[in-house]
Amino acid sequence: MRHLISPLDLSVEELEHILTLGERIMKNPEKYAHVCEGKKLATLFYEPSTRTRLSFEAAMLNLGGKVLGFSSADSSSASKGESVADTIRVISSYADICAMRHPKEGAPTVAAMYSEIPVINAGDGGHNHPTQTLTDLITIKILTGRLDNLTIGMCGDLKFGRTVHSLINAMVRYPNVRFILISPNELTIPDYLRAEVLDAGNIDYVETNQLEQYMPELDILYMTRVQRERFFNEEDYIRLKDSFILDASKLQYARKDMYILHPLPRVNEISTEVDNDPRAVYFKQAKYGVYVRMALIMNLLGLDQDTGL
Amino acid sequence: MLNIGGLNEGIVIDHIQAGGAMKIYEYLNLEKLDCSVAIIKNARSNKMGKKDIIKIEGPFDIDLNVLGVLDHKITINVIKDNQIVEKHTLSLPDTVTNIIKCKNPRCITSIEQELPHTFKLTDRADRIYRCIYCESKFKGN
Repeated sequence: MRHLISPLDLSVEELEHILTLGERIMKNPEKYAHVCEGKKLATLFYEPSTRTRLSFEAAMLNLGGKVLGFSSADSSSASKGESVADTIRVISSYADICAMRHPKEGAPTVAAMYSEIPVINAGDGGHNHPTQTLTDLITIKILTGRLDNLTIGMCGDLKFGRTVHSLINAMVRYPNVRFILISPNELTIPDYLRAEVLDAGNIDYVETNQLEQYMPELDILYMTRVQRERFFNEEDYIRLKDSFILDASKLQYARKDMYILHPLPRVNEISTEVDNDPRAVYFKQAKYGVYVRMALIMNLLGLDQDTGL
Repeated sequence: MLNIGGLNEGIVIDHIQAGGAMKIYEYLNLEKLDCSVAIIKNARSNKMGKKDIIKIEGPFDIDLNVLGVLDHKITINVIKDNQIVEKHTLSLPDTVTNIIKCKNPRCITSIEQELPHTFKLTDRADRIYRCIYCESKFKGN
């Protein structure tokens, strides 16, 4: 039995398999509409995340399966003090696969240690969010046709933004990928990522606080929100939240074939005037996220192997 | 120099970084032993300038390699019949459980008290351990 806890749990080949399956599902969703009939997905959401939860539920429903679960810790037995280990042992007998979101880092790892069904990490605090990474990768692959030879700009909160960390970890495995890391000085990438991933892997990267200057070089611009919940101090949040706002005037420096991604939800870091620009693909990205979650559920349930799908 | 009696049988944990002996004492739960234990702080050392030493009397049966996680310069001398019969430096174990605690307030171990605090060695050269849950880093002396 397999779980998906960290984006790096998947080898490049396994990733390729899931992304390709996701693309096939996108092109021919009817073919996959009954693959998970009789199967149940449990969504164990200890903190609210409407988007991720609904994306998982839509994915399972699209595959003909059913869903059950809870959407906040208050409505689960965690409010009575039940441990993650006990909860997952019980859920294992109710469902065939589960997606877990938890505010504490490592909670899905604990679940995987005690679970009898595949566990998908749907976000654990500021740590990992592998299905967002899969969503980002399938978006880049569908739109540019490749995952190598790319210059990727990442802008906003690069310190606490787990989607950024996961995407960097995933993309450094492909040849000739360059990163432009754009953030205020207080929100640069963590030291371990710089030392153990970028420097250790001899990866080409630039750290800057100038978005416009590097805009013409980018194939992908990955925007992120400065998240209130990652700050212990409200003053720091207010001071930094408006640091980098993408608007039409900044976008004029970008190439015509650049794509703007965002894990959503957006607050104000992308001005709404950008939404109608063909390069703005963040809503499409959310749609691709459902296809890649469908592919992942099939893969973890072993339903992509013997059916010739 | 302060004079502490020699050991007939026991172990000497030597070359502890000065000031580190009490930490080692706590990690090894030496307060639970009823044999003689001597803690020598700030002893003179040619190699280190100052060092701490712990002497424990009697047979002692625990895996001392965990000490390598905390302080890699430590050496262990095993004494029998007033002689050093073994002298070894420590190797780093691949995983350690409940030796070091995860200090990340966002880690699941911060709210689920019964979970074992397990760390994996992720970089032997730099002696870096990471929490198996949240991947927070621990680096000893």
